[in-house]
Amino acid sequence: MTLWKKWFSSASSAPQARERLQILLSHERQVVGGDDLLASLREDILAAVAKRVPCDRDTVKVRLERGAPLSILEIEVEIRGNVELVLNQAA
Amino acid sequence: MAKIITVTSGKGGVGKTTTTAAIGAALARTGDSVVVVDFDVGLRNLDLIMGAERRVVYDFVNVIQGDARLPQALIRDKRVETLFLLPASQTRDKDALTEEGVDKVIGDLSRHFDWVICDSPAGIERGATLAMRHADIAIVVTNPEVSSVRDSDRIVGILDAKTLKAERGETVDKRLLLTRYDPIRAARGDMLKTEDVLEILSLPLLGIVPESHDVLRASNFGVPVSIHDPESAPARAYVDAARRLKGETVAMEIPGKPRLGFFGKFLRRAA
Repeated sequence: MTLWKKWFSSASSAPQARERLQILLSHERQVVGGDDLLASLREDILAAVAKRVPCDRDTVKVRLERGAPLSILEIEVEIRGNVELVLNQAA
Repeated sequence: MAKIITVTSGKGGVGKTTTTAAIGAALARTGDSVVVVDFDVGLRNLDLIMGAERRVVYDFVNVIQGDARLPQALIRDKRVETLFLLPASQTRDKDALTEEGVDKVIGDLSRHFDWVICDSPAGIERGATLAMRHADIAIVVTNPEVSSVRDSDRIVGILDAKTLKAERGETVDKRLLLTRYDPIRAARGDMLKTEDVLEILSLPLLGIVPESHDVLRASNFGVPVSIHDPESAPARAYVDAARRLKGETVAMEIPGKPRLGFFGKFLRRAA
């Protein structure tokens, strides 16, 4: 029976590949320039944070996790030392 | 001025270098002057596929850094006299290729040749974007397999954003070259069909190169597959693709009709 199954009723795999690619690429094409979006977000966040606290370009990490019902934008900014919570209007 | 072609794919191992050598040799066989340029700094292989690995003295990076003049670095092919190679260097320094250096070398080459064919490294890093920067035509090499198709889609996006043509508001002429295609498996439904890949990527088709032992054999000898055994299926596919690049209309042949075994040949002879 297994052999029979293997020879005669094995579903072809190409339609699977085709369908998966179509779904995946329609997603990925929506965020064409996705890199640019993340890069601009990073610049904006860096500018906003750096206005108050000194921080480096390399320490700002922006990740976008794309999902069907909702996507998550994750922002991580490393700041050297202990941040004082008193607003420091140095400038 | 030369036509500048970039052979690219995103994914590694799909046949970029094989294609660069094969199309370069096929175009040169028509009498056009052709230079194939290896952009894969650190992992050069075009020299090996062309059978010129023992003749490399100077390379792309030497020319950019002013240690050699361009004519000193160019290697003339021993079989086709209008075919030249500019090898990549084996240096590990990824930043050895600079934008200005590449601009200058490609500019010089395009004044002296009919075709400049840039063999891109895999990936989407600097080497790949430098290789596509000057492209008039991009040959997107794709295997009928999910990861290759996805990476090709990604590369198409980059071709539309990061080339000089894109910066000028023009578009690179992108053509799909389907390689390692197995018509028997495709017919059985176990491999993406040409139409599937074309529909998904929506690119015009440059050619279909069948999966074949001849590709490995030609590389063992260090001869571009298009001139190693001109009667072989991949050679014919590459020669046709080269003719299409020259603007000829060549019917798209679906290669690799099942080869007849001993009995098949016998029966055919008997019939």
